[in-house]
Amino acid sequence: MSLMSLTAVELGKKIKAKEVTVKEAVTEALDAIEKKEGTVNSFVTIDREGALKRAEEVQKLIDDGTLTGPLAGVPVAIKDNMCTEGMLTTCSSKILYNFKPTYTAEAVKNLEDAGAVILGKTNMDEFAMGSTTETSYYGPTKNPWNEAHVPGGSSGGSCAAVAAEECSYALGSDTGGSIRQPSSFCGVTGIKPTYGTVSRYGLIAYGSSLDQIGPIAKDVTDCATILEAITSYDKKDSTSIDREDTDFTSALVDDVKGMKIGIPKDYFGEGLDSEVKEAVLAAAKKLEEKGAIVEEFDLSLVEYAIPAYYVIACAEASSNLARFDGVKYGYRTEQYDDLHNMYKKTRSEGFGAEVKRRIMLGSFVLSSGYYDAYYLKALRTKALIKKAFDDAFSRYDVILGPAAPTTAPKLGESLSDPIKMYLGDIYTISVNLAGLPGISLPCGKDKNGLPVGLQLIGDCFKEKNIIRAAYAFEQTRNYEHSPLSDVK
Amino acid sequence: MANIISDETIEYVGILAKLELNEEEKERAKKDMGEMLDYIDKLNELDTAGIEPMSHVFPVQNVFREDVVTNGDGSEETLRNAPEEKDGGFKVPKTIG
Repeated sequence: MSLMSLTAVELGKKIKAKEVTVKEAVTEALDAIEKKEGTVNSFVTIDREGALKRAEEVQKLIDDGTLTGPLAGVPVAIKDNMCTEGMLTTCSSKILYNFKPTYTAEAVKNLEDAGAVILGKTNMDEFAMGSTTETSYYGPTKNPWNEAHVPGGSSGGSCAAVAAEECSYALGSDTGGSIRQPSSFCGVTGIKPTYGTVSRYGLIAYGSSLDQIGPIAKDVTDCATILEAITSYDKKDSTSIDREDTDFTSALVDDVKGMKIGIPKDYFGEGLDSEVKEAVLAAAKKLEEKGAIVEEFDLSLVEYAIPAYYVIACAEASSNLARFDGVKYGYRTEQYDDLHNMYKKTRSEGFGAEVKRRIMLGSFVLSSGYYDAYYLKALRTKALIKKAFDDAFSRYDVILGPAAPTTAPKLGESLSDPIKMYLGDIYTISVNLAGLPGISLPCGKDKNGLPVGLQLIGDCFKEKNIIRAAYAFEQTRNYEHSPLSDVK
Repeated sequence: MANIISDETIEYVGILAKLELNEEEKERAKKDMGEMLDYIDKLNELDTAGIEPMSHVFPVQNVFREDVVTNGDGSEETLRNAPEEKDGGFKVPKTIG
């Protein structure tokens, strides 16, 4: 059995007990990557040499007692929108094809301090704009359960790498569902924390008021452990929150007696695949059998979340992506007449179609004459959505529903109709608008053998509620390894 | 209500976005943007009169600090990423005629 089929925490224990060396673990991960990348394409950059060198350093720090935490020596993959000092960071875009950051993102730094060994950088939708990982300049990632299907997105590379067992765990980022939806499609577990919990310093910004970094792993225990390690108050991120109650692993308790779980009726209407519905409701039943109080309710406003999101996210993107202009880093066009021509040609050649589409829409909704009608209207809608969740959380500890309306679509089916693709994010997007924490974990498979994800949403700062409910549900089933893992 | 995006609007947005679209991309952008705006117009069904626009879900304040350099001089490393550099600065085409 490969060491990569263990959870991160299990591997960490073996390393700590000296049953396995860090180098052995890292070598197995690198060999798995080498063997599987031709099929799955989860990575943009693989740092074999750096990882092996780092493995020796970490081993020394474990041996001399400096590193004692649960993740010491465990190999990790990082989404390619997080800066890693000296290591290529492309955002899966041509415009950053040669960018090597001069500093490391705070969340990644926190992992390094915990003894993580970085294997490389994972593929994603270009600038995290997409739901399939097909908008990457470096080619699509394939779903480890069935290579004809997408892994979801935008953290598709991170989720596929975990499912294919090319790494022990990964970091992703979630602006509208980009951790939870691909976790659902790939049969792994991912958490989007409360906004402000994990520092965004060094995360290449897409929609700054929505972006959060979070863990992607095989189970809830790993996710809680990783989240505990990456959470920090950071003065370098002006929206970072100095919050309490971050000992997330203390919520890994198999007890949901008396926990109030609400199921929004609006999440189970038109557009939801019947097999997904069945699997998610069966999961609710399991929690009810364990003593949770489960009831249906009307959340309301669900259909307004996507239009509000696209206005806000695109507006912020149009501003955030203004920095890519061929002056300070990345791609610069070869032929140009003057400065403005250089900006325009660089950006037009450097960005892909989906990124341009969103920058155009964002520029439009912020332009004079449309700002009130679109941008402010979207921010008002966001306030109403937040209020709907506040009302719901006055009655429930956890909201339960699907992570996505379907299982993973086939490659090539989504990009031709953007609005249809955007609708796939209907259950995840409002969570970002309201700043809430959410987790997606596997709860079954459809008749084609593709995983279904269960989403649990908590009130702001109440990660522990969703971790507890997710952990309790997880005890009712075994982790299923994908066909691309080594465990058959 | 169908949104028709004119050539002038696409030109104007292209200037704001600093993007140069070819004819085919312009036509595609007109269609895409029109469809997206039709979809976004759904928000008009909601009565938001008297609702404060919410830019952040938590109250945020400016974070101030003394203007003291704490991370050292990284100019050399930073310039290594520049497409072109000259005399310790980013080199760009002539901006003043």
